[in-house]
Amino acid sequence: MKNISLGFILFFLSINIFAQNNGEIHGDFDLNMQSYIEDATINAVAADEIIRNNSFLNIIFTKNNFSAGLRYESYLNALLDYDDDFKGNGIPYRFATYSIEGLEVTAGNFYEQFGSGLIFRSYEEKGLGIDNAMDGIRLKYKLLKGISLKTFIGKSRTYFTYADGIFRGIDGEIDLNETLELQSKTRYIFGGSFISRYQQRNNPVFELPQNVGLYAGRLNIINGGWNYYGEYAYKINDPVNSIQEDAVNYASGNAFTSSLTFSKRGFGITGEIHRADNMLLLSDRDRIGKAYIMNYIPTLSKPHAYTLLALYPCATQAMGELGVQLDIFYKIKKGSLLGGKYGTKLNLNFSRINGLNNGNSFKNDLTNHEPILISFKGEELYFADINLEVNKKVNKRIRYNFVIANQTYNKDFLEGKTPGEYGVINSTIGVLDLSYKIKKGHTLRMEVQTLIAKQLETASKKEEGDWVMALAEYTISPNWFFTIQDMYNYGNDDESKRLHYININFGFLKGANRFSIGYGKKREGIFCVGGVCKLVPSSNGLNLNITSSF
Amino acid sequence: MKQLSIILIATFLNVGTIFSQERSLPNIDVKTLDGATFNIQDLENENNPIVISFWATWCKPCKKELNNIAEIYEDWQDETGVKVVAISIDDTRSMSKVAPYVNSSDWEYEIYLDSNSDLKRALGVSSVPHTFLINSEGKIVWQHKGYIDGDEDELYEQIQAISK
Repeated sequence: MKNISLGFILFFLSINIFAQNNGEIHGDFDLNMQSYIEDATINAVAADEIIRNNSFLNIIFTKNNFSAGLRYESYLNALLDYDDDFKGNGIPYRFATYSIEGLEVTAGNFYEQFGSGLIFRSYEEKGLGIDNAMDGIRLKYKLLKGISLKTFIGKSRTYFTYADGIFRGIDGEIDLNETLELQSKTRYIFGGSFISRYQQRNNPVFELPQNVGLYAGRLNIINGGWNYYGEYAYKINDPVNSIQEDAVNYASGNAFTSSLTFSKRGFGITGEIHRADNMLLLSDRDRIGKAYIMNYIPTLSKPHAYTLLALYPCATQAMGELGVQLDIFYKIKKGSLLGGKYGTKLNLNFSRINGLNNGNSFKNDLTNHEPILISFKGEELYFADINLEVNKKVNKRIRYNFVIANQTYNKDFLEGKTPGEYGVINSTIGVLDLSYKIKKGHTLRMEVQTLIAKQLETASKKEEGDWVMALAEYTISPNWFFTIQDMYNYGNDDESKRLHYININFGFLKGANRFSIGYGKKREGIFCVGGVCKLVPSSNGLNLNITSSF
Repeated sequence: MKQLSIILIATFLNVGTIFSQERSLPNIDVKTLDGATFNIQDLENENNPIVISFWATWCKPCKKELNNIAEIYEDWQDETGVKVVAISIDDTRSMSKVAPYVNSSDWEYEIYLDSNSDLKRALGVSSVPHTFLINSEGKIVWQHKGYIDGDEDELYEQIQAISK
């Protein structure tokens, strides 16, 4: 891989020499440094290195329809919330791409998503430490007006190497209105995709499929404020590599997602349902873990931005779940009693995710189970959330955001605990976020959050109990911010664990540069983006973050 | 070998300085709210300035920025002819909330979806909000990371400086 990187760099240099005009170079830089000090009260450990650092630099060169780029990444050593396998320095990402007359050719690394991602998504999420960029060849072609094709072959990145599986994929999409030049007010878009993973079989007992295929079909109908999206996906059997007969599962997998949206001025509503059964696609059948997941089934729950609302986040169960979600957005008009001078915005959100009827599809010589299609009643509840958000500008100086929520979190299941260890946690959360403009450019913002938790069943272990959090932030536009916050686990049954987690942050922003420095304790917890989660260990120390873009 | 790579990158950056410092929009497709494909290089505003703001429905400061601008957007348009383009990086998880949020908030912006972050990556946006200002020749002349209350005043000064 390093040889290739070098080749790419030489290639860039030669471009520079031969084409001295019109080219553009830009990119961005990110540095995250953290010191780790021991704090036995919160189980924070000191790192041997004292300081750990994750950094990267992206460089992209473009000239007319050509572009090439690379990313230098440095983990010396990786922050404790990253997988240890991110280790050392390297150029794990480099690409060259050009497009001519509707054909786009990419060699090297690329990110790709087919449809909503049910059968394939290659993406990066720095916050989670996920980067499953493909390395190979990708072609995109605009065949006719409204018809586009994508195809690729490649291997997926895991840390500084590539997983065993070779992926081949093709995706086609047709926008009927553009292709047939329909004058209809309703737009119809159809799409279909196919993915195949090759991995050599090496099981001495069972004949595992070497080529695992997945396909999906999708439909999008749009008319004015209405929008319907539906996608169905199927995966052939992809058993785990085990020699134990009862562990081998020859069942196929399937998933669907469906959403209906309506919106008009001042009002919007979205209803969604999805179901996944045995639908995990890994880049290597012998590995487990988020670094190997190659399809994307996001959780059907609201991504919360406030700390206590995200204390118990939901992780998608691609092996088997059924979820529904409803969102209503409404703006109470200006000048009305409840709307005030500026109007009041409301967002009601409801989501509920449960298991499939007796678990996911399972098939071998001993078992043959296929769950019924739609079943809510009597199924194991994984997660539920009902919340209301009120956003209001009171006058020129004061604005607030108020959220009230009730969440149910199946800790045993979602965190892989033994049944009966913690059981199901129900929490009621309130958030008030108030901004006060002191004078031009100067704003004081305060947050108060509270979480009251109860364990719904008798369990062998006690959960952390109630929390309260307060935050004060002072900002001076356009350059400065200062934040202090405290999270306090006042309701912990164990008095020695009624701890404060205090954090202070100070930052400077100017144009394309941002510097921030912080000090404090972080609670051990689960951090999720899109239903993909990682465990963040507790820590105590100083952190420095610099981001820059040019 | 590693040292060599670093030296080469450094050289490459040095050589880069002889390039024009102007920056154009990349050749990347995004989606409109009604499902059509749109190449971001086709953005135009009759030679008036364009503001591109990257945001997401789950990003509080992003929504604050765009809501604050929404209140004074008419004045900005009257005085400078500026157009605000809001690019959502919501992925499949929250993409279906974009249209209801935008419409219920009365935003008059042009909205595009960048659901697998292709445009975000091509423009070197590491986190949202991130705002770019585009001049009449389609070149990026100013950018800003993050949003704190009152930042729209600085943005407006920049818009005024380039509007005719």
